[in-house]
Amino acid sequence: MCQVDEDYHGDLERAEVPNVSKKCVKCKEASAAVVIRAGDAYCRGCFKEYFIHKFRAMLGKNRIIFPGEKVLLAVSGGPSSCSMLSQVQKGLSRNAHKKLRFIPGIVYIDEGGALGQSVEERMKLGAELQAMFKATGFPFYIVPLEQVLDLPSSVVVMAPSSSEQPGSAYKSAVNAFIQSDSSTCLTPQDQEDTSLPEVQESHTRSLQHLIASVKTLTARQDLLNTLRQHLFVHTARTEGYSKLMLGDSCTRLAIKLLTSISLGRGAQLAQDTGFSDSRYGDIISVRPMRDYSAKEISYYNHMFSVPSVFIPSLDTKTTDKSSIQRLTETFVTKLQGDFPSTVSTIYRTSEKLQTACRSSSTANHCERCLLCMCALDTAVENASAFHATLISEQFSQTKVPGATRTQIPRQNPVTPVLTPTGQHCSSDGEENCGRKEGGGGCCYSAKQPQTTNLKTLLCYGCQMTIKDMSSVEYFPQYILSEAQRRRRRSQMKEEITEFLLDDDDDDDEGN
Amino acid sequence: MAAPITIHLEFGGGAELLFSGVKKHHMTLPSQSQPWDMKQLLVWIQQNLLKERPELFVQGDSVRPGILVLINDADWELLGELDYQLQDKDNIVFISTLHGG
Repeated sequence: MCQVDEDYHGDLERAEVPNVSKKCVKCKEASAAVVIRAGDAYCRGCFKEYFIHKFRAMLGKNRIIFPGEKVLLAVSGGPSSCSMLSQVQKGLSRNAHKKLRFIPGIVYIDEGGALGQSVEERMKLGAELQAMFKATGFPFYIVPLEQVLDLPSSVVVMAPSSSEQPGSAYKSAVNAFIQSDSSTCLTPQDQEDTSLPEVQESHTRSLQHLIASVKTLTARQDLLNTLRQHLFVHTARTEGYSKLMLGDSCTRLAIKLLTSISLGRGAQLAQDTGFSDSRYGDIISVRPMRDYSAKEISYYNHMFSVPSVFIPSLDTKTTDKSSIQRLTETFVTKLQGDFPSTVSTIYRTSEKLQTACRSSSTANHCERCLLCMCALDTAVENASAFHATLISEQFSQTKVPGATRTQIPRQNPVTPVLTPTGQHCSSDGEENCGRKEGGGGCCYSAKQPQTTNLKTLLCYGCQMTIKDMSSVEYFPQYILSEAQRRRRRSQMKEEITEFLLDDDDDDDEGN
Repeated sequence: MAAPITIHLEFGGGAELLFSGVKKHHMTLPSQSQPWDMKQLLVWIQQNLLKERPELFVQGDSVRPGILVLINDADWELLGELDYQLQDKDNIVFISTLHGG
């Protein structure tokens, strides 16, 4: 098994290829139509049953969505989220076995502006989706990504979570729901004939500037992801939803897991790939499709004609090596082809991960990343891999004549986070350092301090993304103003630090 | 000498982009000495239908991993994959599960 020159394509796999007349492993009567895992062939009927059951079991087992709760489904138009939509629709129908009991709504984010699609193209896709959403009868929101430019800075502030409910609360909520009239949840919403939202051209342009200021596809995809997430949360908050359902399949999550590691987001893995994610406090994202492989979903959609719309994305028609995300995807799918348990193995690993930070329970502040809202992973002691990376970065950036000039500035922006005593230089010292560095002849003199300033508020993974941007001036206003607010805060805290009670101080250092 | 056969091809999940956006194709395969199998069909598609970037559709002599194949609504793994012999009026579907198609 482990020898390098062993030929895996030989009899080992060929022996398992079932012949044409293979029967379904479940009912053992009908002839098989789908191979799910190696060797498990299901017929059409059993496959359907299995698929539907899995969705409800996933929600039933986790007990996160309470009856009567408003849940926002994030639908991208792709197979997985559309499949999720159709499962929710089925689960809410009157005669469903193990009926779902929440109130759904749909949000779709039109990213056409970031991809450089023409207005006509965007209208066409938007209309297609609108027709699809209308057919469900759920309320829906079609949000152009340009709206991200107008978000309030409260989006990147963690809201206090509604108090943690004990396990028994779920049961009583269910009972209460059953007793009250539950028929209300399915009254088809009268969606006023919403025309697609108008997008100002200037907005589209500034969005394109932002995307264009990112130099690599990897960072571009990462940034787009973050912006999209902010917009989801904002929509959920303004429309009064408390849960957000994402359609990540298990294949996608396996890819995301490996990608996240390569992007330096290891500390956030559990939240990025787990079933539920409470980093925003009041809005909890859940991923009910995480038990399905992309293959299952595509087959189901094809066989039972679940509509989906193909929406091109940043990596459409790009080569394997165009971005880390793309490369990881190729790696995983290729490996999956030869070893059918690849995805499930990676995925099981992600299930076992937990966040070390006590973030969700103690809502008040361990410091959070300005972009991804995860607990900052940069506040670590000096003897860490993170510091080793920084130091090695410093050395490799040292250019010959300016040996003295370049040694400090890089390190400086990080120190304030590390030790409370180091924060003295954070207000003016830092900017000066930045200017000195920038003043050394490069054209970024004005922008450099901003970039470095921003960096202190970001987790390692997001710092890497920012690093690939030519400047941060195109960032949406809400991010910049929140950054400023946080800086002012820490400055003020610094000033009054002597008057704070010791107890609090210790706590901060512990973080 | 096998007679020419007609087949129905369908591309989905973004794979259609490589075929100038057309999802459904009715095709007649010319007659040839031995019966058509999937392996030959893929070569034929590559030569006659595929408009761009063949590396995004085929890899080696099979399809690129991540692209699913259904023959008459059944998983092609059940039918012998590349060795499956095409019949007249077969319905073959290619679905890309990859991000961005």
